[in-house]
Amino acid sequence: MTPIQIVFIIIAAVTLGSALMVVSARRVMHSALWLVLTLLGVAILFALLDSRFFVVVQVIVYIGAIAILIIFAVMLTRHAMSDEGSPLNRYWWAGALVAAVFLASLIGILSTWGNFSTQVRTATQGGENLVTLGLSFVDPSGYLVPFEVASVMLLAALIGAVYVALERRGEKK
Amino acid sequence: MIPLSWFLIFSAALFAIGLFGVMSRKNTITILMSIELMLNAVNVNLLAFWSYLYGAQLDGLVFVAIVFAAAAAETAVGLALIISAYRRYQTVVADDLDLMKG
Repeated sequence: MTPIQIVFIIIAAVTLGSALMVVSARRVMHSALWLVLTLLGVAILFALLDSRFFVVVQVIVYIGAIAILIIFAVMLTRHAMSDEGSPLNRYWWAGALVAAVFLASLIGILSTWGNFSTQVRTATQGGENLVTLGLSFVDPSGYLVPFEVASVMLLAALIGAVYVALERRGEKK
Repeated sequence: MIPLSWFLIFSAALFAIGLFGVMSRKNTITILMSIELMLNAVNVNLLAFWSYLYGAQLDGLVFVAIVFAAAAAETAVGLALIISAYRRYQTVVADDLDLMKG
């Protein structure tokens, strides 16, 4: 066991434990706060994968924007659910069964794959080359089209979200 | 060094937890959070494959960036829908939003 493996096991255990708390916490606000811890754990795993850029993106986009947006939504719909009663629906056991079967079969299929336990890395140590990545996003023979499509999608989502959530006059309160 | 399999097993477990949350929670906001868990599991998987197998190419990184953009768009629209439904029906429980039930 090298120190980096011990670090991985601790981070993975904390992340999976807080992910379990996200889906099992009784109060939605607690779920949202556990979600922040899960996202932070995933960010640390990105760092273990030598991807510095996506560590920063994970913290800014997921924790800074998405988690805060979810917390705002929880606050706006706060009294919609009483905290009594199970947060799970009647068929939660079926959901657990499907998830367990899915997990077992996924690991079973992956373990037959030749590269499953490879330890050799092809990525350069010390993070990805950000200049090459940035240039490939504006290169027509690279990823210009996906990049522009993603921009248009974000704009459409912005306009759509404002339109859907807009309070119209005369709407039934 | 950490074997690739550890990352794959971790992300499979995270995805399964998210799948359980989507199928079992009553509250639509928590369902959205579970979807975020699944998207994170996918990102860990993509970056693990990039780091171990395709470090010379950029495709893995571009894919992760697009997944981030899709996740942000999905959350914004999803929360807008939930807030709109809450305003109209005063509920965020998935079982009670059954207007289109046959």
